[in-house]
Amino acid sequence: MSELFVASLPYLIALGRCIFAVVFVMQILPMLIWAERKGAAYIQDRPGPNRAHVLGIRAAGLVHTLNDVVKLIMKEDIIPGHVEKRYWAAAPVIAMSVALCTFIVVPFGDNFMGYDLKVSDIDGGLLFVLAATGMGVYGVMLAGWASNNKFSLMGGLRASAQMVSYELSMGLSAVVVFLIAGSVSLSTIAEMQAGVAWNWTVFTPVGFIAFVLFWTAAFAETNRTPFDLPEGEAELVGGYHTEYSSLRFALFFMAEYANMIVASAVTATLFFGGYNTGIVTPAWLREHADWVLVAAAGAVPVLLWFAFEAHKRKQRPFYQALPAGDARLKEPMVFVGIWLGAAVAHLGIGVAGLMGLASKLSLDFATFGMMSGVFESLGMSAETQGTVFGPDLVTAIVGITVLAVKVLFGCWFFIWVRWTVPRFRYDQLMDLGWKRMLPLAIGNVMLAAVWVAVFPTGLLSTFFGSK
Amino acid sequence: MALPAARKLSQPVSGAMSLGESIYLVEMIKGLALTMTHIIKNIFDQDRFRTVEYPDVRKSMTERYRGAHRLLLRPDGKVKCVACMCCPTICPAKCITIIAGEDPNDPAEKFPVEFDIDMLRCIFCGFCVEACPKDAIRMDTRIYEINAYTRQAMIHNKSYMVDLMDGLKPPAEEFYRANPDSSPAGFSVDQPSVPVGQPAVNQVGGGV
Repeated sequence: MSELFVASLPYLIALGRCIFAVVFVMQILPMLIWAERKGAAYIQDRPGPNRAHVLGIRAAGLVHTLNDVVKLIMKEDIIPGHVEKRYWAAAPVIAMSVALCTFIVVPFGDNFMGYDLKVSDIDGGLLFVLAATGMGVYGVMLAGWASNNKFSLMGGLRASAQMVSYELSMGLSAVVVFLIAGSVSLSTIAEMQAGVAWNWTVFTPVGFIAFVLFWTAAFAETNRTPFDLPEGEAELVGGYHTEYSSLRFALFFMAEYANMIVASAVTATLFFGGYNTGIVTPAWLREHADWVLVAAAGAVPVLLWFAFEAHKRKQRPFYQALPAGDARLKEPMVFVGIWLGAAVAHLGIGVAGLMGLASKLSLDFATFGMMSGVFESLGMSAETQGTVFGPDLVTAIVGITVLAVKVLFGCWFFIWVRWTVPRFRYDQLMDLGWKRMLPLAIGNVMLAAVWVAVFPTGLLSTFFGSK
Repeated sequence: MALPAARKLSQPVSGAMSLGESIYLVEMIKGLALTMTHIIKNIFDQDRFRTVEYPDVRKSMTERYRGAHRLLLRPDGKVKCVACMCCPTICPAKCITIIAGEDPNDPAEKFPVEFDIDMLRCIFCGFCVEACPKDAIRMDTRIYEINAYTRQAMIHNKSYMVDLMDGLKPPAEEFYRANPDSSPAGFSVDQPSVPVGQPAVNQVGGGV
């Protein structure tokens, strides 16, 4: 290892963390667009997107998202003659970059080989989130104003008024979490919720009210139904993004979903333990990393069932009606292969765990011995960091997976609500924000202060312990 | 069985909300439960969808569905039609053109030398079937994809309509192209199937 590499390692790791955070969001994003379409279809008893295919693989409509990307890139980028060009061009960039920025304070795990599993350890973590979402309104506002037409301006005005109104309730419900955790750093807040699920903030009365308020405000902040008045297409054409086409529109479109992901991630971290499993602490995971690997084999029956169901799809009337030689005929078998492959992979992980258990060796030597050598040469050995590579990797992967599951459920909830409830009227929106949620949030903060004074470690933890 | 009393439409709905309804959260959860029921049902039983995945899967029409017309034959192989002009007379769209002729071998009856139906004008009312005294024309083919690139190919003539049945004969344009002798007046085989300057047809199966 050259000394230059060792010297630049912290920067490389910082870069890696940045890339990971962006990739995390950008990977979930197309899945969300798919989930939105498929979820809407299933709620409305339709099959949803299923036509586009690559070599006969339709992947239940996921290919349509790919189609969208190609379409949006290939489209003509129209700049209307009447817009304020500089601000108009800046608006989608602001919307998207702010949405991605917010993600940098969300922790993915406690640490990995002594390095924090988050992009930046800002002390005022949650304050940064609130500040960044506050910046998010600039994207929408600038787009609405610079588009230089009445409807876009109306959309921008609505967005700014709505975001400012709901930021109050959002901030005040976050204060409840500050009070309970005694810190604004998201890492500290997540660490506080380690262990059993009743350590989660949402399982205290004040925390639950704060969660409902925060989550409602998150809907307004991300401009999602039932609060999507800024782009109310019935009365405002497309709202603030009416004048945008091509990739600029795609940026707004992606920013909406990126905002959903960030809002879900922040909510998961504040109220649902973040990367914590809700069953065991990260320390326990490190000690029993072999058992975690064995538990991964528990997915095998589920994956086998998926493969069986994929195989059964061959009998569906659709495949029966296809002419011989149609590329889509092989699709069920491809999916059988994918699920079986995943099952074998999980089985392999389980066997690796069993081997680790049986040989009484630490996981580090059993499976990651060589990798560990590489890390030791970088000065990240067990002696210097107090951790070993294998268990740390397992803990990190469990943390990221748990957070991803929580984030995906949050995003699904956004979609689920969108296709369930109709849009609010504007006066109803303001009424809810100022007359109902704000007083409730203020009262809740006072209640939280009393609560924290009475039960400093939480009600259930007081009686049942926190491990 | 007594019907439940209907709400009077004149009663205002707003202002009638109970406390639980005005809190909104409970009603919201009810709504979410309803939509989730649909999703779960649809995931586990995809046959619930009424959507027909056309063109891969085609809807099978009922027997009484009025599709494209067909002309019936007598046991001796000649058309049943005697060119009585009942159907062009009753046709509200004036889409049936019959040119009657006499058969020297069968002096008792006339027969249609030409029997054209302009499918662009036909409104599928079925009056021609009702009016026919000889049961010579029926609309029981269940063919509903009647389309072509030229107006000429939209005319179904006698040779096409004889023994027409879903799945037995190709679409009219293809049929005329294969049998130019029996194509209607004005139909040209040389005409390209996709007129120049028109976008190409959607390929069956889509694709990226």
